[in-house]
Amino acid sequence: MMTAGDGSHCHKRDWMRKGIDKRTLSAAFTTSLPIMVTFVVLGIGYGLLLEKHGFGPLWALASGIIIFSGTVQFVSVGFLSGGPVLMAGITALMVAARHFFFSISMIGRYKNEGKRKWYLYYALCDETYAMLSRDDIPEDIDLSMYRLLVTFFDQSAWLTGSVLGGIIGGMLTFNSTGIDFAMTALFTTVYVQQWIDSKCHIPAVLGVAATLGCRLVFGRDYFLIPAMVIIIVVLTVMRSRIEPQFDEAGGDEAKTAAGEPAETLPQRGGVGDE
Amino acid sequence: MSDHRMAIAVILVMGLATFATRIVPVLLFGRGSKVPDYVMYLGKVVPYTAMGLLIVYCLKDVQIMAAPHALPEIAAMAVVVLSYLWKRNSILSVVIGTVLYMLMVQNM
Repeated sequence: MMTAGDGSHCHKRDWMRKGIDKRTLSAAFTTSLPIMVTFVVLGIGYGLLLEKHGFGPLWALASGIIIFSGTVQFVSVGFLSGGPVLMAGITALMVAARHFFFSISMIGRYKNEGKRKWYLYYALCDETYAMLSRDDIPEDIDLSMYRLLVTFFDQSAWLTGSVLGGIIGGMLTFNSTGIDFAMTALFTTVYVQQWIDSKCHIPAVLGVAATLGCRLVFGRDYFLIPAMVIIIVVLTVMRSRIEPQFDEAGGDEAKTAAGEPAETLPQRGGVGDE
Repeated sequence: MSDHRMAIAVILVMGLATFATRIVPVLLFGRGSKVPDYVMYLGKVVPYTAMGLLIVYCLKDVQIMAAPHALPEIAAMAVVVLSYLWKRNSILSVVIGTVLYMLMVQNM
């Protein structure tokens, strides 16, 4: 797992001397291209949705810089005008929990990245993680610069798309009733992909069942927190039953954590996200 | 501008929460200390519960008892799931499902 980062002791000095060489630039661009296309398209969807809720392209830009997670940003749309802020924060923690795992598995690779690592961690979304946690990184390149560029290209594409979406939304006047369903649809596709990828469906069923039950019992304003508590409690109680099935599902913890293996990512895109 | 104070607060808090999920593990375990098994377990499994939670959250205002009895949601969700199983293309499924949903709710 750690091999990709181990040879990079000299990279800090190297990049300061060399700048960006063409080979690294083109390798980073080739890696990022499918993700960039997805991010621009999804970003347009996000910017459009945000605009139809009364928040223009500058909001999309600010949100993309401050939050930079597709899933969290899509969810944030519903909280923007009414809050409550605490609920928004807890929801973001829950939705973004997977990043915890991405960062842990990159510690070994990024340990020699110096100050750059703060940007690399801040902007480590699902797709960038999937690309940079692979061990088939192109040879003869400046690895540190490659990581920086891939991360930067991906974020730039998301920002570009969401600003474009905001601009397009401002110019097009159409009946946007029902456009919020894009969010539901996006999460549904991720849910289906996770279902296909995992042997143990207890967590997937639990997420829907606990939340639906709490929605019915606690009403539309107060169900999220009890649902999250129930989810954590049940996961803890059933750990001995769930965990073995997740461990054997893939030796590569990256795959299990993301719930979305690298090869399906370019067409799925960023909720995650981003 | 005061209307936007809530939006600014929400973006900042959600941004902080998201950043925390990315940076706290590095601060806690960056020096080589062992990650507790329980934390690793939750990190693995919680994402699989979060999508279901989000889907229900998105549908929280649907009224099953009143007309049209969630029919647009059910039909559009079915199209999203089936088209995704068929083509495995997220963007395609999102676009088809959303356009269909908008057509239904605007014309009912």
